[in-house]
Amino acid sequence: MSLGVSLRGSALLFAAAMLQAVIVSSLVFGGGAPDLLLVVVISLGLLRGSVPGAVFGFAGGIVVDLLTLETLGITSLVLTLAGFWAGRYAETTGRGRRLAPIVAVGALTVLAAVFAFVLHYLLGEEVVARHALVTVLVPTLVANLVLAIPVYALVHATVHQGDGFEPSREVEVVV
Amino acid sequence: MTVRRIPTTPLGSRGGGALRRRLAVGCLVLLSLVLITLSFRSGSDGPLTGVQSAGSTVLRPFAVGFERVAQPFRDAYGWADSLLEARSEAERLRVENRELRQRTIQSEFALQENVYLRDLLDYLDSSRFPDDFDSIPAEVIGRPASVFTQAIVVAAGSKNGVRINDPVVTADGLVGLVTRVTRGTASIQLLTDQDAAVSAVDLRTGASGIVRHARGTRETLVLDRVRKQDVIKFGDDVVTAGGRTGGLSSLYPRGIPIGDVTSVGQTDTDLFQQVQVDPYVDFGSLDAVLVLVPSERPR
Repeated sequence: MSLGVSLRGSALLFAAAMLQAVIVSSLVFGGGAPDLLLVVVISLGLLRGSVPGAVFGFAGGIVVDLLTLETLGITSLVLTLAGFWAGRYAETTGRGRRLAPIVAVGALTVLAAVFAFVLHYLLGEEVVARHALVTVLVPTLVANLVLAIPVYALVHATVHQGDGFEPSREVEVVV
Repeated sequence: MTVRRIPTTPLGSRGGGALRRRLAVGCLVLLSLVLITLSFRSGSDGPLTGVQSAGSTVLRPFAVGFERVAQPFRDAYGWADSLLEARSEAERLRVENRELRQRTIQSEFALQENVYLRDLLDYLDSSRFPDDFDSIPAEVIGRPASVFTQAIVVAAGSKNGVRINDPVVTADGLVGLVTRVTRGTASIQLLTDQDAAVSAVDLRTGASGIVRHARGTRETLVLDRVRKQDVIKFGDDVVTAGGRTGGLSSLYPRGIPIGDVTSVGQTDTDLFQQVQVDPYVDFGSLDAVLVLVPSERPR
């Protein structure tokens, strides 16, 4: 990944993290709010691969945790894994699929919510499972799915560089 | 006959590329776990506090900038949202205004009588809200990033005189309590946090209880531990109780509005009534708050 792409991706990620903490999380409808940062990290993972996805996820999480003065590392851990798995999906079964952003955002929104719930439970924080995993998650999932395509297009326009992954030098002939 | 490109090694599940990939993500996960452990175990005075404070100070101008840019859009959203129920709201407010005018006249008489009787008795009182407090206005620059945290971040910190456990209000009522302070920012635990609890009284009857967040809801509160013999009614105002219990004084001064009662219930098996309270403060659209600091505290 070139320096220019890294810088553009970092700028986009920083803006998404700030927007998430300052504005987007207060846009509540039906009990939940969109998770713009998660969608951006997934899109970066899909376009740039698993390791850049994990690095962008970690950095985005740190920015949010610093800004909200929350326990450092929680958001980073969730977003690191989300970025990594989005990248792995794009590198393997999701490669070339047009609906990959929708599938990845849908699946990872649910998985990230469940993982965050387990993490907070393990840290001894009181969270009602029904509230976190039904009341809030359903509208958040809908909002994230609505955001998936436009955000993916924006991230694509910002950080896309040719194929995205390193192209193979070898080909095989299929008869 | 077709030609297919063979995927390059770094994308596969095995080999050197896969090992490097796993190593990279493993390091990031490990680093996150170390940060969580250090941050969680050390609390507000651990090794990471300085780092977090410095990071928060660096990010503060950006957060304020984003907040300023977003404000017109947020106002437009709020305006469009409120337009839908403006007519019914106006009618309700007209009725409420008539009732409040009558109450104000009665309260004025009671206040004059109260001042006169206090002077007669040389009555010594504890600190009162708002007379004995100065308020520090602060812009909200961070909101709950997930369902798991019910806290906001404001652009005022220790350099402005804010300290841990300072109560926070708006013109509508009680917002919460300062739980973390850096030089330029402070984190405020909202009343809707699972760990928040405020001793409160029903203004009409004087029945006391503890206001907590109602589990499984977003912004509903409950007035807990209210005795069954206290007659609480729909619409009663609930305010902070303040005062001192067992040598410990309340963190909140007496008389800050919290909300009004929306339902009262009780069962034969419960020891206390179940009182639901609708907060006056709209926690989802906080733009600015007032941090209350005692007037006698040096700043």
